[in-house]
Amino acid sequence: MLTVNHFILLSAILFCLGAVGVLIRRNPLVMFMSIELMLNAANLAFVAFSRYLNNLDGQIFVFLILTVAAAEVAVGLAIIVAMFRARENVDVDEVNELKG
Amino acid sequence: MSLLVFYLFAAIAVLAALGMVVLRNPVHSALSLALVFVSLAAMYVLLSAPFIAVAQVMIYAGAILILFVFVIMLLSPGTDQGVGALKAQRGLAILFGAALLVLLIAVLGGAVLPPTRGTFTPEAIAAEGDTQAVGALLFTNFLLPFEITSILLLVAIVGVIVLAKKRQSISKQ
Repeated sequence: MLTVNHFILLSAILFCLGAVGVLIRRNPLVMFMSIELMLNAANLAFVAFSRYLNNLDGQIFVFLILTVAAAEVAVGLAIIVAMFRARENVDVDEVNELKG
Repeated sequence: MSLLVFYLFAAIAVLAALGMVVLRNPVHSALSLALVFVSLAAMYVLLSAPFIAVAQVMIYAGAILILFVFVIMLLSPGTDQGVGALKAQRGLAILFGAALLVLLIAVLGGAVLPPTRGTFTPEAIAAEGDTQAVGALLFTNFLLPFEITSILLLVAIVGVIVLAKKRQSISKQ
């Protein structure tokens, strides 16, 4: 019997993998992909609870998160491209010139 | 039957997510992420949310991931050369990630879900049509957030143009 717990457990596992990915990778592109993975884990939890509660509000939230993720990726990748133009490498440890 | 499909796609999603985090080449990470997106779309079908499943494939796998691959092609950043300045960060990150997972499972396992149920049972959604039901809610109860997303997208477009264009004043110097 497929219950809401299955989906929430999968969502938790994916979220933790995304969080670890942000912490251990040095490439900003891959860190960004990990953030997308965490957003997807949250989406899965939203849809799972939406299905459990027989309430469509969760699916609307997922729709809005999709929009925010698209905007975020566009802006974030533009920042990474600008960073690469200025520095000729993409490693977050090297980008510390604004550090006080 | 649905349990079998769930375990199949859950295994694919977890393994692909693990691959995305571990693989050194950013292109391999992007392709693993595509696999995660598609298997999550299968999850949404299992949860009787076909509209979200199609949106997932179109927007995440179709638009966002293509943008990632474009930027990887543009920058060709090469393979990740491993640990950076903080060598201890890797071990600590894995430790705290595992701790977070244990915490989440403990908290969510003990959570009591509310007994109140809405009116959108799978049968009611199937009778009305998933897209119709979501669309009707989007243009009634959630009209203001829906309109605000258009402003958000406009801000993103303007921001990207400002960030991506070459700065004339600097290049002339």
